[in-house]
Amino acid sequence: MKHEHPSPPIHKVGDDVPHESAALHVSGRATYIDDLPEPAGTLHAAFGLATVAHGRIRKLDLDDVRHAPGVVAVLTAADIPGENNCGPVLHDDPILADELVQFYNQPIFIVVARSHDAARRAARIAKVDYEVLPMIRNAAEAASAGNFVLPPVNVARGDADAALARAPHRLRGNVLLGGQEHFYLEGQIASAQLREDDTLHVHTSTQHPTEMQQVVAHMLGWRQHQVTAECRRIGGGFGGKESQSAQIACAAALAAWKLQRPVKLRLDRDDDMAITGKRHDFDIGYEAGFDDDGMILGVKFELSSRCGFSADLSGPVNDRAIFHADNCYYLDAIAVKSLRGKTNTVSNTAFRGFGGPQGMFAIEYVIDDIARTLDLDPLLVRQRNFYGTDPAGPRNLTHYGMAIEDNVAPALVAQLARDSDYEARRVAIAQFNEKSPVVKRGIALTPLKFGISFTATLFNQAGALVHVYADGTVTVSHGGTEMGQGLYTKIRQIAAHEFGLPVNDVRLTPTDTSRVPNTSATAASSGTDLNGKAVQQAAQAVRERIAAFFGPLHNVAPQDVVFADGMVTADGVSLPFGAVTAQAYRARIQLWDSGFYATPKIHYDAKTMKGRPFFYFAYGASVSEVAIDTLTGETKVLRVDVLHDVGKSINPAVDIGQIEGGFIQGMGWLTTEELWWRPDGKLMTHAPSTYKIPAASDCPPVFNVKLFDNSNVEDSIHRSKAVGEPPLMLPFSVFFAIRDAVAARTGGCPRLDAPATPEAILRALGELPALGAAA
Amino acid sequence: MQRPIQFWFRGRLQSVSEVSPTRTVLQWLREDVHATGSKEGCGEGDCGACTVTIGELDDKAPGGVRLRAVNSCIQFLPTLDGKALFTVEDLADKQGSTPKLHPVQQAMVDCHGSQCGFCTPGFVMSLWADYESRANSGQCPTREEINDTLSGNLCRCTGYRPIVDAAQKAWDMAPAHIDRNPIREVLETLSHLPSLDYSHNGQRFQAPHAVSELGTAIAAQPDAQILSGSTDIGLWVTKHLKQLGNIIYLGACEELRQVQVHDDVLEIGAGVTLTDAFAALVADEPDWTEQARRFASVPVRNAGTLGGNVANGSPIGDSMPGLIALGARIVLQHGARLREMALDEFYLSYQKTAREPGEFVRALKVPRAQPGRIFRSYKVSKRQDQDISAVSAAFALYTDGDGHIRDARVAFGGMAATPKRASACEAALRGQPWSEETVRKAMDALDGDYAPLSDMRASSAYRSKVARNLLWRMWLETESMRGAVQADVRLPA
Repeated sequence: MKHEHPSPPIHKVGDDVPHESAALHVSGRATYIDDLPEPAGTLHAAFGLATVAHGRIRKLDLDDVRHAPGVVAVLTAADIPGENNCGPVLHDDPILADELVQFYNQPIFIVVARSHDAARRAARIAKVDYEVLPMIRNAAEAASAGNFVLPPVNVARGDADAALARAPHRLRGNVLLGGQEHFYLEGQIASAQLREDDTLHVHTSTQHPTEMQQVVAHMLGWRQHQVTAECRRIGGGFGGKESQSAQIACAAALAAWKLQRPVKLRLDRDDDMAITGKRHDFDIGYEAGFDDDGMILGVKFELSSRCGFSADLSGPVNDRAIFHADNCYYLDAIAVKSLRGKTNTVSNTAFRGFGGPQGMFAIEYVIDDIARTLDLDPLLVRQRNFYGTDPAGPRNLTHYGMAIEDNVAPALVAQLARDSDYEARRVAIAQFNEKSPVVKRGIALTPLKFGISFTATLFNQAGALVHVYADGTVTVSHGGTEMGQGLYTKIRQIAAHEFGLPVNDVRLTPTDTSRVPNTSATAASSGTDLNGKAVQQAAQAVRERIAAFFGPLHNVAPQDVVFADGMVTADGVSLPFGAVTAQAYRARIQLWDSGFYATPKIHYDAKTMKGRPFFYFAYGASVSEVAIDTLTGETKVLRVDVLHDVGKSINPAVDIGQIEGGFIQGMGWLTTEELWWRPDGKLMTHAPSTYKIPAASDCPPVFNVKLFDNSNVEDSIHRSKAVGEPPLMLPFSVFFAIRDAVAARTGGCPRLDAPATPEAILRALGELPALGAAA
Repeated sequence: MQRPIQFWFRGRLQSVSEVSPTRTVLQWLREDVHATGSKEGCGEGDCGACTVTIGELDDKAPGGVRLRAVNSCIQFLPTLDGKALFTVEDLADKQGSTPKLHPVQQAMVDCHGSQCGFCTPGFVMSLWADYESRANSGQCPTREEINDTLSGNLCRCTGYRPIVDAAQKAWDMAPAHIDRNPIREVLETLSHLPSLDYSHNGQRFQAPHAVSELGTAIAAQPDAQILSGSTDIGLWVTKHLKQLGNIIYLGACEELRQVQVHDDVLEIGAGVTLTDAFAALVADEPDWTEQARRFASVPVRNAGTLGGNVANGSPIGDSMPGLIALGARIVLQHGARLREMALDEFYLSYQKTAREPGEFVRALKVPRAQPGRIFRSYKVSKRQDQDISAVSAAFALYTDGDGHIRDARVAFGGMAATPKRASACEAALRGQPWSEETVRKAMDALDGDYAPLSDMRASSAYRSKVARNLLWRMWLETESMRGAVQADVRLPA
């Protein structure tokens, strides 16, 4: 019985289809770049790293490195034939530092050796003499020095100062919001091989194959069509392989070109964490004016971020923070000042949410302060300040001039508050706290609204190829990358749906710049929205041609031909799909096509920061209940309830996976994940032994996650909504529940910085000196 | 002629020579035999992507073979000698035309337990080791038990819930346990081979079977690196890229792997794994339970030894405060000569111990529970599981009939350059009634005992504050036990 082959189930769009690689994942047969058989003669590369945070290289003595066992070559910036840059926007991101070192552990040379081990060993024995320069450590130091990677940006609506002056209540404050290491389980890796006639193929673990193709071409002084970038799957990205995979791809390509040998560069975990950028940490200043009911009358933010030594994606990241400083709330008079601090630290980059979480955290912190100041339930203050639900109403225009047409936050939050028994639990917690001096409990319900689209309008495009072979099997290519989010799974469902086929009849090719060109990063939660539409269009074109061939054979109009359950049916004549495609092939019908999609409606003026940068919004909310130990600052998340809006889900299991995974990742950011630098600028939390992402036991013992019954008001793919990033913001409720528990002891508005480590909590409780106070 | 390293792999006896003694099991799998199912995520035994399962002879285990998950990225290949190695590629039933997934694997598929998939082989192997450990009982694990099983596996995509679901769902399917008989037969044959004495490029790896042999070998080569579970020394190679020189491995010596329960002490051999050592400690003194659960992770506890933790002498080793508070003694051996000392006297200064050249840690003697002794140990870290403590504390109070403290032993980790007793705090407790007033004074005394460092785990101020508060927590717990305090004094587990 155990080896029978049941006919595969016909999965529909909307079904819980398992991940397309699940059976491969669980049996160790899913191949990542380091698992691919190495071409004969493959060499291994490693970076040599700087040991000062800011300095000039006086002397770089690499003799010992060159003569180390197994070393084949040592390459420096001087070996780069084209541009020594891997920056995606500005050209300020050297592949190898040339004379000027701008952060501790910045790559300054590449060792190429016969083994990974030999390369790593040799990379450590360079003799470098530095002239040490003064360093700028963090956002606050950068702001006071006026040291920025990009000019400050101001966005305002109304007269915030006047509104503040008129307001019956005012408050102001500061809070620190920490950065975050991506900790994708597969570290950065690229494997490059020269091919004939000045061409190069690179396997790269990336979210952005086209950009890898471009930067490698520029680095070699080549044109784009000489380079092919390929990626089947990556072992996690989370934004960390959007731009930051470029340095690794360039280094492997440079060595392969120079030595005329295949070269693989796989970063050791510690090197990866030391070299690659992270989520921007923010130093948030705020001022708010409000009335007796907690209605916000005016608010001012200074959002100061640590960008690191180069711009990377810091411009759009900080822009998105500005765009999300409203979260779900109508802010009539608002002024946001955004400072993009240049620091002698690694260049911070995209990370799930892309600045949005930082902007949203700022307004949530203000709302929490307002509620505590007025002794109101923070949920009530949140609800009172929500955007309206009438798209043309007076409270529906964002501070960047976009009307909100799909506001489900009020309904979603009301449903969640009811289903989670929020009110009664809040009362019970207050009663518990009265009798509990050591352990304090807290609860919070936080909502989210997240804008979907790349704010840079041009990236909102995608292409696809759909091949139907004569036997009726289908191969799909598109520009998105599979990083675990289930993109390939959903694409498979979308293509199978158009042909009425089981998903097993559809395969996806590795994402490859020679198949689909000019692709955008798989980022901004847009993978399925963009690529799904392009694939759908291509599949529909092929289906229509099959229908136009098959229908008339049976005296049926093409539009009346039915593709379902693996069969093609026209007026009672029903044939297997493969039989029809075989006939169509013989009749010389084109059985493949391309598709292209450009998101409609969006526009945005980067100068004024006004327009409609987003196609639509995704919504969600969560309630968390926590307990804290006031002796040690340790916490325990007791229960979490989530209600999240994915429109009409293409795959509820995949979407719930994104929601839960995003929740836990965001919870880690706000609780246990702390980046810590030594005074000389060296990052000391550069391995999982010192940098603590959530483990299995951190998952809340009660974790109720539901999808909100909704449909996208916009014509998105099957009326679904993007789900990659928004859930990252759900665990704001964990942070504010912790603050609620702290306030149960302290009263007032205790300052709690994120991450809320045990130490941060003890400090918020007033048990430790405030930050910056003399120790 | 030297014999090769021999172990069970892929259903047969595998012989390996021509590899460096510090070649890791993961390097051998991925680079030498191109079995790439097991992944490298961190190279330091913290993420679990490399998890494999090791089989060893054990009379008490089902079928006479005990299976346990370990991190292959920090295990040296010669330590596999005489054992069995299983990887993710071994699990599916390949009898038919298409492989049939193992229940643990199928449940992971059905529960949507993989996303990017990179950590998945490691999770599967941890779950499989647990599944096999329940072969006799057939008992589906609870969610808490699964969290413990998975304490050494990090996933950045799923948030774990579906993986925990899968661990339970596997038990709804038709059982699929391995046949351990052929494995046991081969391992029994291997157990009769002479001790491994393996050299490669002038580097020697000895794994003596008899403790006498071990004593002679170490005495003769005082510079040799003594290796036990390699959960720390493995990182010296994979992270610090250190050349270890000749290695003498304790793990093949059966006599060192015994726990002897005497009337007054537990004698724990230096080769006893942390898993087994903690089981013995918990059985005698239940307050070890939390330390046992939170010490590193299951794969690290399965490989690492209590003797190694103690011998290493790290200021943040979590076993030492408790052992010191209980008055444990360390047994050292040089050749055939044994000596012992109080464990707290073993630590001289940062990473310096009283172990002399040619000497090795033979065993630990831990005084057993006794009437009037109250023992508490606490660990505070950023994350509950598999984290290194910011502060680790242990208190042992010896009380007489009327509630006076006859003697007190207090020790902390994370507060000084070595695991260290708090002598001023002890003095403030000794001879006093166990009362709020005494505790307050003893808390103040602690301030004079330590001047902790600030680092990435915690600031000096935090450590000092928490050290005081942990003594207060113990007071509250004793008050709670006698009903004087009604409210919770600790977070729910």
